[in-house]
Amino acid sequence: MTLTPQVSTERGGNGSASEGAPRLAVDGPVVITGICGRLGRRLARRLHRVRPVIGLDERPFPDRPKDIEHHQLDIRSNRARDVLRRRDVAAVVHLGVRHDPRPKSPEHHTSNLMGFQRLLDAVHQFGIGKLVLLSTANVYGPRPDNPQFLSEEAPLLGAGAFSDMRDLVELDMLTQSFFWKRPDIETVILRPSHIVGTVRNAPSNYLRLRRVPTLLGFDPMIQLVHQDDVVRAIELSLAPGVRGIFNVAGPPPVPLSQALALLGRATLPVPHSVAKLSVDRMWRWRITSFPAPDLDFIRYVCMVDDRRARQVLGYAPAYDLVQTLKSVDEERW
Amino acid sequence: MDRNTALERVSEAAREALPVAERWLAELRRSADAGWSKLLGTDFEDRVAYLRERYASRGGDPFGLDADTAKVAALVCAVFHRAYFRTEVRGLEHVPPGRVLLVANHSGQLPIDAAIIGTSLFLDANPPRVMRAMVDRFTQRLPFVSTFFSRVGQVVGVRENARRLLEMDEVLLVFPEGVRGISKPITRRYQLEPFGLGFMRLALETDTPIVPVSVIGAEEQYISFGNLGWAARALRLPVLPLAPQLLIPGAQLPLPTKYRLEFGEPLRFDGDPDEDDQAIENKVWVVRQTIQAMLKRGLEQRDGVFF
Repeated sequence: MTLTPQVSTERGGNGSASEGAPRLAVDGPVVITGICGRLGRRLARRLHRVRPVIGLDERPFPDRPKDIEHHQLDIRSNRARDVLRRRDVAAVVHLGVRHDPRPKSPEHHTSNLMGFQRLLDAVHQFGIGKLVLLSTANVYGPRPDNPQFLSEEAPLLGAGAFSDMRDLVELDMLTQSFFWKRPDIETVILRPSHIVGTVRNAPSNYLRLRRVPTLLGFDPMIQLVHQDDVVRAIELSLAPGVRGIFNVAGPPPVPLSQALALLGRATLPVPHSVAKLSVDRMWRWRITSFPAPDLDFIRYVCMVDDRRARQVLGYAPAYDLVQTLKSVDEERW
Repeated sequence: MDRNTALERVSEAAREALPVAERWLAELRRSADAGWSKLLGTDFEDRVAYLRERYASRGGDPFGLDADTAKVAALVCAVFHRAYFRTEVRGLEHVPPGRVLLVANHSGQLPIDAAIIGTSLFLDANPPRVMRAMVDRFTQRLPFVSTFFSRVGQVVGVRENARRLLEMDEVLLVFPEGVRGISKPITRRYQLEPFGLGFMRLALETDTPIVPVSVIGAEEQYISFGNLGWAARALRLPVLPLAPQLLIPGAQLPLPTKYRLEFGEPLRFDGDPDEDDQAIENKVWVVRQTIQAMLKRGLEQRDGVFF
């Protein structure tokens, strides 16, 4: 029997020892952690037109729209907890996962997990009706024996080859157990494939390279999703009644070589053994921001089946392949 | 004799020889064209265009099939199919349109039988079909090989992929004997190994007709006397056949046996895909017996291995 949270659009049973039934106001305030990232700002700009938005981030929010309330706080702090207690918060969107693979300090791991645990505690205690975690399809991991499209029930093996992925897998798992612990709180996990656009993440940075290294003899199918399609998926998951895990994908997959050709990038095919060794060295000497295990993403398939998101969320990508690809070169704001 | 006259003579000879050479060349080209069209059929380009259109209309193949690579592969395979093995194909009309599971006997040390079945569906069937088969996971670790398999429509052998292909109304080939079948020594030729049950559950789950296929001729292409199990394990290969042919330099090509393919009438099964093994085995037994009977009949009818 699988214990993966299933989708349901009906409300779960009445929660256990909770302080009042969770609030599910459709137009209540939304707290966005990590709002100052590029994706967070895009989501905030979209949401603040329809409902109050409260930002929670250690970083400042430059040219913030006037009606967005921003708190420059660490989510582990008591003051961040006070923000969640105040103002009948109706939903929490957690974007505050540090995806940066290079640990800046020993705190990196703790801040990700402890911070999120505190957030979960607050959601639990204050009966906030909705929790959305932006996870990633990378938690499944690129593997030679992956089915072409992974369903939400696939095991999260991403950390096997790459231990720094552990944070993300653990966050995802924590959220899954929270899903079971509080069936009355609508918990949503979104697992988008490679997000591209003006965001600064590994896939976008890779596609932005002037001369793109590829692995000689490997040309896996890849799935990309436009940043604004992810923003829309988050928006859709805030609808009342939506709970469960959803893979999110963009336009139909293409071979990596074709994506690079559409972008007009020159490629540099390198044998895998050479690439592995040199990327490893360059990573250690801080010449590259790509860790060597990331090479598996351009070697094996790691694509998701987004049928559930299409059926239950009503999600469909609005950007086609060319628009999605070209978005990496757009002016950054 | 001075240099000028010598040059003149040479150029004169060349002038006379030129028309002759041109005639030869034209003749050569004509016979080459005739050869190719005999090999590929006159409608080869139409078949490629038909399939290109089929996949383009669905927004591309999610498994990475590429018409240009598949075309080149079909050209190479056609040489083996039509000229080298001179395949005799029967019963192609039994392959229904839409999703279908081809179940065949597996033999011959190298999976040439799969390539020939695929080529036959591409060149002989009307309309042409692209046969999808499942390749071993270890191939995905190999550069070029993994890309090649993906571009010619072959997928990693996991259940989810098989189900998805059938849902896409594709032709899926399976060898329920698996590696036991292909690595049989010559002494056990045309005796079916036990069948796996997975294909039957898949057919029940996706409501797919099963077309039994018998392949005759592949058993004799490489003569194997046994399997070096320990050596295969040491080299991390699934099998290592003791086939002298594979060791003699320059003799690696299979023997030019005559291939005989027969597609049987489609078998349809009803039932619960999650039934226990015994119930599934009874259904699998029907398929196995059908293929064994087709093999027996085919072997009785054939006059020789090579013609």
